[in-house]
Amino acid sequence: MIVTSPPSPVISIQNLTKTYSSGFQALKSITLDIRRGEIFALLGPNGAGKTTLISIVCGIVTPSTGTVSVDGHDIARDYRAARARIGLVPQELTTDAFETVWDTVSFSRGLFGKAKNPKVIERVLRDLHLWDKKDNKIMTLSGGMKRRVLIAKALSHEPEILFLDEPTAGVDVELRRDMWRVVRGLCDNGVTIILTTHYIEEAEEMADRVGVITKGELLLVEDKAVLMQKLGKKQLALKLSTPIDRIPTALAEYPLALSSDGAILTYTYDKQTERTGIDTMLNDLGRTGLRFTDLESQQSSLEDIFVGLLETPR
Amino acid sequence: MNWHAVQAIYMFEMARTRRTLLQSIVSPVISTSLYFVVFGAAIGSRIQQVDSVSYGAFIVPGLIMLSLLTQSIANASFGIYFPRFTGTIYEILSAPLSSFEIVLSYVGAAATKSTILGLIILLTAGLFVPLHIDHPFWMLVFLLLTAVTFSLFGFIVGLWADGFEKLQLVPLLIITPLTFLGGSFYSIHMLPPFWQAVTLFNPVVYLISAFRWSFFGQADVHIGISVVAILSVLGLCLAVIWWMFKTGYRLKS
Ligand SMILES: Nc1ncnc2c1ncn2[C@@H]1O[C@H](COP(=O)(O)OP(=O)(O)OP(=O)(O)O)[C@@H](O)[C@H]1O
Ligand SMILES: [Mg+2]
Repeated sequence: MIVTSPPSPVISIQNLTKTYSSGFQALKSITLDIRRGEIFALLGPNGAGKTTLISIVCGIVTPSTGTVSVDGHDIARDYRAARARIGLVPQELTTDAFETVWDTVSFSRGLFGKAKNPKVIERVLRDLHLWDKKDNKIMTLSGGMKRRVLIAKALSHEPEILFLDEPTAGVDVELRRDMWRVVRGLCDNGVTIILTTHYIEEAEEMADRVGVITKGELLLVEDKAVLMQKLGKKQLALKLSTPIDRIPTALAEYPLALSSDGAILTYTYDKQTERTGIDTMLNDLGRTGLRFTDLESQQSSLEDIFVGLLETPR
Repeated sequence: MNWHAVQAIYMFEMARTRRTLLQSIVSPVISTSLYFVVFGAAIGSRIQQVDSVSYGAFIVPGLIMLSLLTQSIANASFGIYFPRFTGTIYEILSAPLSSFEIVLSYVGAAATKSTILGLIILLTAGLFVPLHIDHPFWMLVFLLLTAVTFSLFGFIVGLWADGFEKLQLVPLLIITPLTFLGGSFYSIHMLPPFWQAVTLFNPVVYLISAFRWSFFGQADVHIGISVVAILSVLGLCLAVIWWMFKTGYRLKS
């Protein structure tokens, strides 16, 4: 019998906490494994601790307790090996000003211990549509261009793991598309990607797995599909031919909601269960004499799930 | 050792120097020339000789030290403070770099720059007074040692400062007075005995004295004592930086 052990995680975070010197606890015992080659989305509101978590893994912030290992290398004891594997695109647009795009990207490559390689730099710059800007000083670039430069810097040393801290903040549609194209390409080449975002569609669109973090706690980590299924409710909206004041008592048993104008009746059901109850509900509805002119069913988005999670007191 | 990184930072810093050539090289040369005109020619013509050296020549080592100290501190402190200020320090902190490599590259670049500057000022001085150097080898050693020591000190200032004012404050309030009172323009033997004793607590006295010894073969303080004093300051700076990196002082939260 062949026993295959599960592949080792590329990043392993164990009981990580962070209390800033101000006394503020930004992370409360985070334990998380990132799988090799996945796109992981860290989803959370402002101040949730996303940047803190990333900064610890990258060596910018020192953890209070707990351990992190990157590809088996402890970030404290074996920091060289750990950090050499990581590329980081920070949340803030922090760039030099007087250097050229080419120089700053080449600088990053050197910083991460790689020998000069103009071919790699050229490829990265072309991928990010920065090639024609390569001799421009960074300060002459627009905000979106600067973000491209930050991405180019992070990719300059061919990292195995890429952190994107809110990559689409202040980014137009075109750059977002470019970025996702680059990210998918990296992913196809086996690069692990961890991104943080407030934009839930982004996690929904890009990620294989999603972790929801708030107030320094990781609420859940799930495959995106599982999460959508597990928590995904479906809703059936019925447009009534004549608006009503209140839901008829005959239908009180059902999870129905009436819109404020009384024109739309919404039935919420769990699509995982065998019996959705739609048929009996519609039968009972028919018996009350209500008529509807249109109906629409929709899956709740990750946004709804997320908002629902945050609202539920734990 | 991550030599690629050391090289990258070093070259980055040197490129910055090239961009700001005017401030970094030209202005110290001009101000030194002014000192020569004022102290060397105008006032110096009324002073006979100090320790059997013409006054114009006597002030050369002190003047070089004055620039060397202020420039080493300015270069090194700005070099590390600026990325802290703009936030680009994130990249240095996230790179596979040891503290030693960070210090080596920043301080190395700052020291290189001020050593070059010191030599340029020496050449400039040569235009005003006939120069004779007794111990050229030791002259270079002291030049380098001072550049490194005060670049380390500047690095500390750059880590400590939390605003541009503080960056200016230390050179202005501490280094310039210490240098002026350290015997740049006079031999400390010219002072009353009490002030001679006080002066011995000023580390810059030992630098200037040692440097002057390498030029003229005579010194205010015995050369051995000077060397010990300089090395102590160097050691102290290294210890402070070691502590700063160990605790992540002003670098990591
Ligand atoms: N250096 C610091 N000192 C004290 N508190 C800090 C520090 N940095 C962050 N915090 C606090 O830690 C909490 C988490 O911050 P963090 O930047 O990790 O949040 P985030 O999830 O990235 O938020 P955002 O989505 O706004 O970027 C916040 O409440 C923040 O105020
Ligand atoms: Mg953040």
